[in-house]
Amino acid sequence: MSVFNQSRRRVIQLIILGMVTLIVTRLFYLQIVEKKYAKLADANAVLRKVVYPSRGIIFDRKNRSILSNDVLYDLVVTPASVKNIDTAYLCNILRIDKEEFKKRIVTAIVKNGRVRQSVFAPLLAPEIFGQLQESMYLFQPGFELVPRQIRSYPYPAAANILGYIAEISPAMLKDTANYGSYNSGDYIGFTGLEKTYESVLMGQRGISYLIKDNLNRPQGPYENGEFDSAAVAGKNLRLSLDIELQMLGEKLMKGKSGSIVAIDPQTGGILAMVSGPSFDPNLLTGPYRSANFNKLYLDTTKPLFNRAIQAMYPPGSTFKPMIALVGLDEGVITPSFGYPCGGAYYGCSRPIKCEHHDAGHAANLRLALSHSCNSYFSHVFRLSVDAAKFGGIRVGGLQKWADYMNSFGFGHRIGIDIPSEGRGLVPDKKYYDARYKGSWNSCTSVFLGIGQGELLLTPLQMANAMCIVANRGSYYIPHFVSSIDNDNTHLLDKYKVKHEVAHISDTAYSAVIHGMTDVVESGTGRIAQIEGITIGGKTGTAENYGIVNGVRTKLKNHAVFVAFAPAEKARIAIAVIVENSGFGAKYAAPIASLMMEKYLKDSISTKRQPLLKSVMETVTIDPAMLAKSKLDSLNEHAVIKKPTP
Amino acid sequence: MNRAQTKLTQGIDWPIVGLYLALVTIGILSIFAAEYRGEGNILGDIIHPTKNYSRQVIWFGVSLVLAAIIWLTDSKFFTATANLAYAGGLLLLLLVLGIGKDVKGSHSWLVIGGFQFQPAELTKLCTNLALAKYLSSQETDFTKLRSRLIAAAIALIPSAIIILQDETGLALVYFSFFLVMYREGLPGILLVIAFSGIVLVLSALLVDKIVLFAIFTVITALVIYFSRREIKRKRSRLAIILGVYAFCSFFVMFVVPFAFTKVLKDYQVRRIEVMLGKENDPKATYNTRQSMIAIGSGGVWGKGYLKGTQTRYDFVPEQSTDFIFCTIGEDFGFAGSIIFLAIYVALLFRIIFVAERQRSTFTRVYAYGVASIIFFHLAINISMTIGLAPVIGIPLPLVSYGGSSLMTFTMLIFILLRLDADRQMVLR
Repeated sequence: MSVFNQSRRRVIQLIILGMVTLIVTRLFYLQIVEKKYAKLADANAVLRKVVYPSRGIIFDRKNRSILSNDVLYDLVVTPASVKNIDTAYLCNILRIDKEEFKKRIVTAIVKNGRVRQSVFAPLLAPEIFGQLQESMYLFQPGFELVPRQIRSYPYPAAANILGYIAEISPAMLKDTANYGSYNSGDYIGFTGLEKTYESVLMGQRGISYLIKDNLNRPQGPYENGEFDSAAVAGKNLRLSLDIELQMLGEKLMKGKSGSIVAIDPQTGGILAMVSGPSFDPNLLTGPYRSANFNKLYLDTTKPLFNRAIQAMYPPGSTFKPMIALVGLDEGVITPSFGYPCGGAYYGCSRPIKCEHHDAGHAANLRLALSHSCNSYFSHVFRLSVDAAKFGGIRVGGLQKWADYMNSFGFGHRIGIDIPSEGRGLVPDKKYYDARYKGSWNSCTSVFLGIGQGELLLTPLQMANAMCIVANRGSYYIPHFVSSIDNDNTHLLDKYKVKHEVAHISDTAYSAVIHGMTDVVESGTGRIAQIEGITIGGKTGTAENYGIVNGVRTKLKNHAVFVAFAPAEKARIAIAVIVENSGFGAKYAAPIASLMMEKYLKDSISTKRQPLLKSVMETVTIDPAMLAKSKLDSLNEHAVIKKPTP
Repeated sequence: MNRAQTKLTQGIDWPIVGLYLALVTIGILSIFAAEYRGEGNILGDIIHPTKNYSRQVIWFGVSLVLAAIIWLTDSKFFTATANLAYAGGLLLLLLVLGIGKDVKGSHSWLVIGGFQFQPAELTKLCTNLALAKYLSSQETDFTKLRSRLIAAAIALIPSAIIILQDETGLALVYFSFFLVMYREGLPGILLVIAFSGIVLVLSALLVDKIVLFAIFTVITALVIYFSRREIKRKRSRLAIILGVYAFCSFFVMFVVPFAFTKVLKDYQVRRIEVMLGKENDPKATYNTRQSMIAIGSGGVWGKGYLKGTQTRYDFVPEQSTDFIFCTIGEDFGFAGSIIFLAIYVALLFRIIFVAERQRSTFTRVYAYGVASIIFFHLAINISMTIGLAPVIGIPLPLVSYGGSSLMTFTMLIFILLRLDADRQMVLR
């Protein structure tokens, strides 16, 4: 019937076309005009993943790796896939209870959701890992073991030198100028070489772009890895450090607080640097890191305090060779200059006692040094600073003397390649003007002549001074890293520069060196003798004062010994300090001597084994302090306390 | 032999067959793309009984068997059994109400031997046949109100039952039969009223009630003022205007809010509000947002087949069924989408062309019914994926994954082809 409605066909066709036009217009807007959808799609689907390179390895001077990478395992959980497992058994292996198990699962779900992996137990201890690995099939697929790189120290030594890495702190992350390339959760060197050489050790992080699905699960490389950049492993460091010597040093310092610094004067390379008491660096890596850190940090013996570069001591008599050098160079004395000491120095109002009183024990520089005559060096110091050519002590005399000291590397940071180096203290004109308000003279500062008074040096500075004496007026900035593999940085440039000190004459050095060899041959340091090797050395017994209950009190003396050997062409310069022990000759000299013997002869002779044993058994740390210490400073192997599981 | 073959396919409308095959093929490829994850070799993955694309291939095979059976059936069978089929369809719908199974929030599935089957899909076919039968019968005078009401009832009774099954999307499809009735003589004013109704509902949702009421009042006042002379001539005009004004106000102030709080489900209200931009709840907008991101990121030329990142990695939900258009939009871009839409328009226009060449009213009504159903599905489904319509779960004909849907549309089309082949006969 209804052929009359032919025109309605057109209307229906128009309705269809109208609707399709509407759809096409909308598609035109979505797909061509609006660009945000393409970006949103990328944000939806591309996962940017940082690929961590392996960190550089550190080798000692004999190419033994002393800081490398190890693999520990994290137990990760995918909560949604945990089904039908023997929870009690797993708890048993992990040594946790069921409550803890539930808590960790809930934490994982809250943190990353049910279908993504979260860490359930980080950095499993080896014994737990062993047990877990055998039974892992019981807990899959909900649980899995994922390898994670950690730092490991094959030798339980050199903790303060090598340093440690830890997760970057929120404060550092805010400092985008310095740490802009780091992300939350990244590890970064916090102390020691790990910190100084962070930029070369860390390597270059790679980025891989992964396609992800709606639950953020990676599904494979994006565009076949076209935009990925590969990770570049960190560069290896090669040190001048001798790890065996270092371990010997740490053994020798067992039960003592103090420091040993041994340097190769030919290169400035540090051979050993001990801060006693020391600890096993492995305490600060792996699963018990933070617990151990807190123990070390709060320990009464301050093991994290690197005494070799941070502690400052009066050098005592070991300072006398430097006084002599200044006097010789300024021309106020000659090597044959003598002083009639009768047991004390009476030049100033208060007499300064001398250990010797026999006539002629200070008849010339060489004798005065070997007998460590206090009167002689008090006099020489006053001659130097009061010299007329500088206009007297308060005009230019003391300043001139302080300049000498600065050029010897005292009173400022030398520039070693680990952080937190101390400055020490060399009092100059300004210092005395401020302290004595202009009313002072050479008697005020006369104690500087015997290495006491306001003077403070770090053990590193003392050892470096020995390099200067042994090298007859030059040194290289002491440093650990002798080379970086495939180095393209300028980090090591400053350690290749030879520093000339104050152009003191060769004869002056000869006189001082002769005096110092006599110290060991026939003077106060005879205990340091090594068969067949000429040693130049100087003992010191540094008086020190501390504030005890608000009163300036004299504490037990520090034993100090500085030396270099062989005297003809030194291969090792060393400074040893044993805090609060007593005579330098008794406590410090044997340690220095054993270290030099080990380094120069590669082993300690049988004859000297009893000495080695007795030194190792000597305990000088205050027993009260030791009792409170959580660190097992008296343990046989280095000085570690067993990590508490 | 040769003669037998010519006879076998004689009268078949090849353009429709071609377009049908094109759409089903695009569908299977798109379902494959939606599930493809890039692992393994593509050929090895073809046979994979747990994957939707493999199942869809099987459904396609079943559909072809059905098509062959229909082709070999006598045309008169369909006219003869139309009412019976309708009755059977209604029974099936009621049966589902009783023993149906809940799938994704709708109580509209029958489970027969491990297969799920949605009768609401099939009843589209039954209703179409019944409507064609009624409108083509000699007793029917479609200019009469009674006939129009009966026709509307035939179309809307299944719809009502389907609403009870919580499958609102498919229930809405039955309104597409009004397009057929329009073609058969329903006054055009009804289309205008329907359109105005939609505008009213939308404005009721978008604009504040009081403001809307004020607008209506102003418009009514203006209409009365400008038609004051006509009103003087004919007093009833004023009554009509005031009646329309009263109805609109009542509708907007009471009917729409009531429908939204009492009749529609919470999630449906939210979907509509999301579509209108009234709500920004990320969870509620997730589907539409992901779908628009997928399609929008396709750009002009698309990312290439199997290279879309959004559809391949499950960002778009329901992507092999309701949101299958995302795959096409993302992989083939604007250009591909236009070609895809053009295939549908070609199919719809070809069906209308076929409808108009019929001698039998039955076949013409039936053909318009097929076109209307496909058009309604197409318009709602694609509008939903591009944020033009609220998320209403209805499939894209012949393309979306799903056996019930594919078989229903195959039967709809092949019955049309069978009827068209016999267009010289007068069928009632």
